[in-house]
Amino acid sequence: MSTSPKKAEAAAAAAGKAGAGAAGKAEPSGKAEPSGKAEAAGKAEAPGKAAAAGKGGQAHRRDPLAARQLDVDALIDDPATAIVVCCGSGGVGKTTTAAALGLRAAERGRKVVVLTIDPARRLAQSMGLTELDNTPRVVKGVNGPGELQAMMLDMKRTFDEVVLAHADPERARQIMENPFYQSLSSGFAGTQEYMAMEKLGQLQAEGSWDLIVVDTPPSRSALDFLDAPNRLGSFLDGRLIRILMAPAKVGGRSAMKFLNVGMNMFTGVLGKVLGANVLQDVSTFVTAMDSMFGGFRERADRTYQLLQAPGTAFLVVAAPERDALREAAYFVDRLETDRMPLAGLVLNRVHSTGAPQLTAERALAAAETLESPDQDDAAGAGSKDENGHQNGGPAGSQAGSECRSETELLAAGLLRLHAERVQRITRERRMRDRFVSIYPDVPVVEVPALAGDVHDLEGLREIGERLNQH
Amino acid sequence: MPDWEGARLHVVSGKGGTGKTTVAAALAMALAAEGRRTLLIEVEERQGIAELFGIAALPYEERRIASVAPGALGALGARESRGARGAKREGEVFALAIDIEQALLEYLEMFYKLGRAGKALRKVGFIDFATTIAPGLRDVLLTGKACEAVRRKGPDGRRLYDAVVMDAPPTGRVSRFLNINTEVAGLARFGPIFTQSQAVMRVIRSPETVVHLVTLLEEMPVQETVDGVADLRTAGLPVGGVIVNMVRPPVLDEAAVLAAEGDHTEELALALADAGVGARPGRGSSRKSVPAATRKLVEPLLAQGREHAARVLLEREQRADVQALDLPTYELPLLAGGVDLGGLYRLAAALKEQGAA
Repeated sequence: MSTSPKKAEAAAAAAGKAGAGAAGKAEPSGKAEPSGKAEAAGKAEAPGKAAAAGKGGQAHRRDPLAARQLDVDALIDDPATAIVVCCGSGGVGKTTTAAALGLRAAERGRKVVVLTIDPARRLAQSMGLTELDNTPRVVKGVNGPGELQAMMLDMKRTFDEVVLAHADPERARQIMENPFYQSLSSGFAGTQEYMAMEKLGQLQAEGSWDLIVVDTPPSRSALDFLDAPNRLGSFLDGRLIRILMAPAKVGGRSAMKFLNVGMNMFTGVLGKVLGANVLQDVSTFVTAMDSMFGGFRERADRTYQLLQAPGTAFLVVAAPERDALREAAYFVDRLETDRMPLAGLVLNRVHSTGAPQLTAERALAAAETLESPDQDDAAGAGSKDENGHQNGGPAGSQAGSECRSETELLAAGLLRLHAERVQRITRERRMRDRFVSIYPDVPVVEVPALAGDVHDLEGLREIGERLNQH
Repeated sequence: MPDWEGARLHVVSGKGGTGKTTVAAALAMALAAEGRRTLLIEVEERQGIAELFGIAALPYEERRIASVAPGALGALGARESRGARGAKREGEVFALAIDIEQALLEYLEMFYKLGRAGKALRKVGFIDFATTIAPGLRDVLLTGKACEAVRRKGPDGRRLYDAVVMDAPPTGRVSRFLNINTEVAGLARFGPIFTQSQAVMRVIRSPETVVHLVTLLEEMPVQETVDGVADLRTAGLPVGGVIVNMVRPPVLDEAAVLAAEGDHTEELALALADAGVGARPGRGSSRKSVPAATRKLVEPLLAQGREHAARVLLEREQRADVQALDLPTYELPLLAGGVDLGGLYRLAAALKEQGAA
């Protein structure tokens, strides 16, 4: 009646191929009528029929490929966790996740500071971040024993602070007035990344908090912030720049002499390309910064080590979409290469349904029945369509001899919404499963989607709750 | 007549996650209709175009990646009676993924005839150094390449490309990216970079250039679009249209969902039972009784309806904010299951139908 053996087999095979594995693994393929009893464990699962229909239902259960659960509360409650870094591609909710984690940790008793990079205006306001002053401010409205402070990164000011920390006032002034410095401190593509990490180092050194939650800049690539500190550090501390700074000094030893020939070519080309005045600016800048070079290098190294330290935990944030998960995968690989401690994947905006037992196909078929003018055929149409009427058709064929009641049209609309939702869940599930089958050891937490944007503490609290609903 | 008649450089920006690469590709295809030739340029070195079209990574050279058959977009879109005789040629979309190192070498080669020395420069990290030392240099090279493609002439003396579409950096950075004059002014006041940047700015500020912003009907992308438009205007850059991406059709409005709450849930359950939802098909259910399985569905379905209604309401507010910008606005549907090549044609047709190309 419901599903032919052939179809079940095909569905199971398809599920297996898609990396979902759940239906395909759990049932021997070809089993005509899955019992639907294995659902006892875990959440409300799709009955066997829905599972066999493949496309429509939430056909998954605990299986060998299931992801490990990421326990966020355990992570933020652990006194050993000193730094949480939220990273991921743009538009996946990194900033919101960081803020929500910070709030939750504070309300659970920790003394927390959240460093955000570029929060949405209303989210910033909700945390009392009305001005960009580069200093942590206490967030009001936190319930519970802990304390939450938050700040927005001001990269120029952070850079200035580094300069001021390393140079006497007169020299600092010289540096800050240099056009090359101004361009570097506000424009250089890696400066934001570098300064985010610099600020992290500062906050950590200050030691006023027992947990620091860091958001990462919306980079071209999610990996930029790992590379930028080193790149800028080695650039400012580099041999090239030193030689540029004082070509005359170099000619001491013969090996250096040889090098100098190459350098002359560099400076020649650079001068031609950029104009001689640029070299002049750079040279003055570098001379003024001379005393700080070792400092830069050292700071970059320290930050890097801090990121590798046991108290640090990286959370890769993603949405259940192809691009975001691909970026997440790159990130997971990279963290492993760099031996950075990955705590897990936060999968944001995951959709769910309260009625997983109703498949998309059945919902659409019923919607069509409700919208069609002929009422008497209704019961028959329901079962007929189970054979796979996928065609949703345009909504609202209200025209007809017999007018459908408001309620019936509403029911049809709700069923269409449900079909849309179920299809979406299936897609998201497929994306997630693909990630999980490639990275079975990465703990995952799924965060159910909210209907709207988050712009108050209540919303952040809700996200915090959802981060721990498993 | 298309809204951007006369524009040859279409810069497409938008907040991360809004689908600007997809929109840029669809626009390049739409502009290629009726036998035209367009170039789609990628500047962020992440091979988004190759990913989107499902092809191998693009090298630093212009490659044909798609063709637009005569009437293909019309047939799907406006259904104008263009017919087979209107357009005889096939439209062509080329793509170029700019590699910054190669672009700099090409540039140096053009001016200084470096020969093999260029390769040596690359090896010792000079390129990295040069682009680091002058942050604007990178942008000059990227925008310069686009402008060169815009102005390039074919053997017949006509412009080689009818239009160039650039998948640009996100909204937050696009003004700075395009406004290379100020970027470079602090560094180079003369010299070839300065001259080059002047030439590029002439193209970018001319009526041949428009900057389009892609958004979603969500709060943050819309806010960023509003800010982006203001930034572009402040910088004196030509603002084009707003492309609202991934639009979902409203299925129900709030009034309908509210109506169903309270007293009407019973009726709703009945209607669902009537349509065979939740009941075992074939087991004839009596008209007036609602099976327990059906009853269980009512609340979850209504909850989804409420969520939907809330979203529709939110989207209405966001749409109003977009409309308040008073710019040409285009809407592209959400393609369930992601965008494949077929989907790109659909989006291109939608853009064309709405007059974006």
